[in-house]
Amino acid sequence: MAAVDMNMQILIVDDYKTMLRIIRNLLKQLGFNNVDEAMDGSAALQKLRDKEFNLVISDWNMEPMSGLQLLKEVRADVKLKETPFIMITAESKSENVIAAKEAGVSNYIVKPFNAATLKGKLASVLGNF
Amino acid sequence: MLAPTVRDGIERQLADLRKRRIHVDPQDILEVVESVMGSLHGDSSGVNSKLHADIEALADYISTVKAEIAEIRADKINAEYVPTASDELSAIVGATEQATNSIFEAVELIEGLSQEMAPDMADQVTTAVTGIYEACSFQDITGQRISKVVKALQSIEEKVQDLLVAFGEDAGEARRDRAKEPEAVSAKPDDKSLMNGPQLPDNANSQADIDALLASFD
Repeated sequence: MAAVDMNMQILIVDDYKTMLRIIRNLLKQLGFNNVDEAMDGSAALQKLRDKEFNLVISDWNMEPMSGLQLLKEVRADVKLKETPFIMITAESKSENVIAAKEAGVSNYIVKPFNAATLKGKLASVLGNF
Repeated sequence: MLAPTVRDGIERQLADLRKRRIHVDPQDILEVVESVMGSLHGDSSGVNSKLHADIEALADYISTVKAEIAEIRADKINAEYVPTASDELSAIVGATEQATNSIFEAVELIEGLSQEMAPDMADQVTTAVTGIYEACSFQDITGQRISKVVKALQSIEEKVQDLLVAFGEDAGEARRDRAKEPEAVSAKPDDKSLMNGPQLPDNANSQADIDALLASFD
């Protein structure tokens, strides 16, 4: 696997500003500084169509467009469908994880999570860094 | 089968019930009534008097339920308790978010300063800061849990509203009767009535308001 580009563009999506800030800060600690934010799926989709992102990290429970809907939209879009997509959510039921997997999620993190978990999941999706 | 006039009368009553949003399948009621009426054909005065007693007991039961609904002030649940509880819970979410942001401000400053520290110390500080970031996710989790409680309260509110519509008139009369009852009035609020916890942000006095109020006594 090629070396991870630490300058990659990452889009984080969550309807809680607190969580956006946590993820942004943890990513910064890991060396990822190019991070943009959106507060629901539809805003995220707009950003994804306006600018190239190399990774999406999204919550599930958001309105009007949920993380799962966003994932489906991304996977259905010819230009976006290869973008790695990590779900970070409090939804921990098996049926949720299955639905996300079937929709094409790259990895899945359950809240509350720690920095080590985030790093491990990023490595599994992007390769070691 | 029922006589057409009886059937028409029942259908009128069912239509009235529908208007009052009582969620009972009219067909079920009709079937029960038909079944009861059918049982009368075979006669016997014993059946008649038992039926009469049962209906009377049912009427008593409904009256008791109406009185109890009036007693618990179901209207107050919707008009006051549920909205207040929802507002208080929303205020908790707002307050925890504000507190979390303050924590972030402080921790981000510390994290920035760690770059000027000796490597060993900087590592320890970074580890501690990471722990704080992780812990701050409580705000997101509690916020989601509280949102679920608010939704549950809204569901209760709808059910209570249905109940009020179903038993509305009598409960309303009971409310009006209660309104006529003189409230216990005292010139000054007692200790208990002054203990209401923190006010919601929109209703709260700022420190400046309180200072001005205190100054008005001078």
